[in-house]
Amino acid sequence: MNPVLRSFFLFSLVALALVVTGFYQSWTLALTILNMSLVSAVLALGVNIQWGYAGLFNVGVMGFTAIGGLAVVLVSADPVPEAWRAGGFGALLGLALGVATILAAIAVWKRMPAGRGRVVAMIATLVIGYAVTRYVFAPAREAISSVNPATEGYLGGAGLPVVLSWPVGALFAAGLAWVVGKISLGLRSDYLAIATLGISEIVIAVMKFEGWMSRGVNNVSGLPRAVPRPVDLQAHGFVQSMADRSGIDVVEVASIVEKLGYAALFSVVLILLIVLSELALNSPWGRMMRAIRDNEIAARAMGKDVKARHLMVFVLGSGVCGLAGAMMVTLDGQLNPGMYEPLRFTFLMWVMVIVGGSGSNWGSVLGGFVIWFLWMQAEPMGRAAMEFLTMGMADDNWLRVHLMDQIAHTRLIMMGAALLLMLRFAPRGLIPER
Amino acid sequence: MDALNAVVLLANFVLIPALAYGSQLALGALAITLIFGILRFSHFAHGDVMALGTAVVILTTWGLQSAGISLGFLPTALLALPVGMAFTIAYLLVADRMVYKFYRKVRAKPMIFVMSSLGVMFVTNGLTRMLIGPSEQRFADGARFVITARDFRTMTGLDQGLALRSTQVLTLVVALIAMAVLFWFLNRTRSGKSMRAYSDNEDLALLSGINPERVVLITWSIAGILMVLAGTLYGLDKTYRPFTYFQLLLPMFAAAIVGGLGNPLGAIVGAYVVAFSELGITYAWRRFVGFFVPEDWVPAGLMQILPVDYKFAVTFAILVLVLLFRPTGIFKGKVL
Repeated sequence: MNPVLRSFFLFSLVALALVVTGFYQSWTLALTILNMSLVSAVLALGVNIQWGYAGLFNVGVMGFTAIGGLAVVLVSADPVPEAWRAGGFGALLGLALGVATILAAIAVWKRMPAGRGRVVAMIATLVIGYAVTRYVFAPAREAISSVNPATEGYLGGAGLPVVLSWPVGALFAAGLAWVVGKISLGLRSDYLAIATLGISEIVIAVMKFEGWMSRGVNNVSGLPRAVPRPVDLQAHGFVQSMADRSGIDVVEVASIVEKLGYAALFSVVLILLIVLSELALNSPWGRMMRAIRDNEIAARAMGKDVKARHLMVFVLGSGVCGLAGAMMVTLDGQLNPGMYEPLRFTFLMWVMVIVGGSGSNWGSVLGGFVIWFLWMQAEPMGRAAMEFLTMGMADDNWLRVHLMDQIAHTRLIMMGAALLLMLRFAPRGLIPER
Repeated sequence: MDALNAVVLLANFVLIPALAYGSQLALGALAITLIFGILRFSHFAHGDVMALGTAVVILTTWGLQSAGISLGFLPTALLALPVGMAFTIAYLLVADRMVYKFYRKVRAKPMIFVMSSLGVMFVTNGLTRMLIGPSEQRFADGARFVITARDFRTMTGLDQGLALRSTQVLTLVVALIAMAVLFWFLNRTRSGKSMRAYSDNEDLALLSGINPERVVLITWSIAGILMVLAGTLYGLDKTYRPFTYFQLLLPMFAAAIVGGLGNPLGAIVGAYVVAFSELGITYAWRRFVGFFVPEDWVPAGLMQILPVDYKFAVTFAILVLVLLFRPTGIFKGKVL
C-alpha cells in the first residue's frame, strides 16, 4: 500500500477506536485517552529523535519527564514569600556553592599536572566544598520546610503563566541530558543506558525528598490551569446553551469542553514538533544523523564529529521529553513524584517507538496513540477475555477469582508481547521510515 | 575500650550488612557479567526474572510450610531453592528459544538484543505480578539470630551490641560456596573452559569445535541458578517486593561495570565496592565519632554524608567515576 495512504488508514483506525470508546463507554474517557495520547506522542517523538535518528538508547525517559514536570511547579506555582524570607537566600547560595564545588573540582583536574597531587587536590576540593555547602544549605532547608508545613513548606514557584513552564521544562531536561551525555556518550552504548537508568531514579529521589523545592511526597496540587477549570466553565453562557441544546448534563459538558481545550493546546505543540522533526530529518542535518547511525566509522572518516552530534541529538530528544513531562503535569494540575514509575514512563515509551516505527516521526506519533489506547483499554479487554476463558468455572472458583484479581497485570504481558512480536516480525514498525 | 566499642558499632551497622548486601549483589552481578561475556548484551530483564524466580521459591516455601516441613533453624526457603532454580532455568531457556535465538542467528546488533530483553522484562514483570502480586511478601522462618545484641553484650562486656542475623551468615556462606563452585567450574572443567574460550574469541572457539548452543545453554543455566540464589537471599535478608528487585538492576549493573563487564572476579569486587559505599555514605557517623572525640566536640547533626533515600545516587556516583576515569572497569573487562 502507498505509505501515505497506509498512515492515513492507520490514523483513521485510531480515531475510530476513540469514537467507539466515546459512544460505548463515555466521551470523558475518550477525551482523557486522547489527551494522554497526545502527550505520549510528544514523548515518543522525543525518544524517536534519540533512538530513530541516532541509535541512542535512553532508559531514563522517566527522569527527563519528571524534571519537566518539576518545571511546572517552579514556574507557575504561587511563590511563598514567608519561605523565601526564612531560607530562600540560604537555599540559593547553597545550590550555587554546590555547583561551584563541582566546577572547582573539574578545574583542578584539568589544570593540575597528572599525579598523586592532583587526585588529593581534587578530593580535598570536593570534601571542603561539600562541608561548606552543607553548612549553608541544611539550616535553610530546615527553615523552609517549617514554614506552614501542612500546605506549603516549600519555596513555591515564580507565579508565571503555566504554559511558559513547557519550554522551561524542556530546558531543564536538556540541561540534565547535557550532563549525562557528556559523561556517558562516546563509550559503549550500554553505558548510556545504565547511566540514564541511574539518573532517572535520582531525579525521582530528589523530587521525593527535597521538600523545600517540590514539597516531596506531599505533592503540589492546585497548580494553575492552562484551560479554565470545569467549575468556572459551567457558569459560562456558551457551555450552558450547549448543555441545553444537546440535553447532556452541564457538568459533563463543562468537563468535555475543558478536555477539548487541552486537546487543542497539545495538538498545536505536537503538530509544531512533527513539522520541525520532519524538516530536520529531511535536511542535510538529518541525512548526516542517519549516516552516523547507520555507519559510525564511515561517518567519522568523512570528518563528522560523532560524539558531538550524539550529544546534540541526546539533548534535543531529552528536551522534547521534558516538554511532554511539563504538559502532563499541567494536564493533571498537580505534581506527584510518587506516580512516576519506570515501566509506565520509560519502557512504555519504548514500546510506542518500536511498534510505531523507529526513525519515523509519524510512526512514533501513531505508536503513542495506539499503545496508549491499548494501555488504557487493556483492563476492560482483559476482563472480557478472562470472562470468556473462565466461562465454565463457578463464580467462586479459586482460579477464576485469582485470575480476575490479576487482570490489571495482563496489560504488562500484552505490551511485552507487542514489543517482541513487532521487533521480530516487523522491525520497521507500523509506519516504516522512508 | 572505646575503640573496640566503635569497631563493634561499625560492624553492626555497616560492615556486616554491607558484606551481606554485597554478596547478594555479587551473585546477581556475576550472572549479568556472564550473560554479557557469552551472549554479548546487557540483560535488562535481570531484575524481573530474579523477582519471578524468587516468587516461585516463595510459593514453594509456603507450600512446604503448610505441609509442616521445615529445616529447623534454617529457613525453609533453602528446600524450595531447587524448584525455583529449575523453573528459572526453564524460563530463561524458553525466552532464549523464543526471543534471543533468532537474533543470534541473524547476528543482530547488541542494541536489538537489549531491546528484546525489554520485551521479556515486560512479560516477566506481568507474570510475577499475576503470580504473587505487586506487594511485599515475607517468607523467612527458622532462627532469626545467630547472636543477639544482648547476648553479645553479656558475652563480651562491651557497651555496644552486635546482632548477627542468621540470614546474614547464610548469605555469606551460600555466596562463598556459589562463587567457589563457579570459579572451579570456569577454570577447571571442560564446559567452563569452553565458555571462557567462547567469550574470549567467538570465531576461534567455533573453529575449535565448541558447540555455541551448548555454551549458551550452560550460561543461561548458571545465570538462572545465580539469579535465584541472589533473589532468595535478598528476600530472606530484607524483604521481597517485585519493584525492589527491578530497582536492584542499577546496583547490579553498576557492580558489573565497576568491576569490568565480562569479568567474573570484577563483578564480585564491584559488588562489594557498591555495597560498602552505599552503606558507608548513608550511615550516620555521629555515634562512631562520639567514641573518639570529647563529648562537646561531637557535632549536633547526624554526620550522614547523604540521606538513605539517595542510596541510588551513591551507586550512580561510583558508576560515573568509573566511566570518567576508567571505562574498562577496575579489572579490564570487555570494551567494544
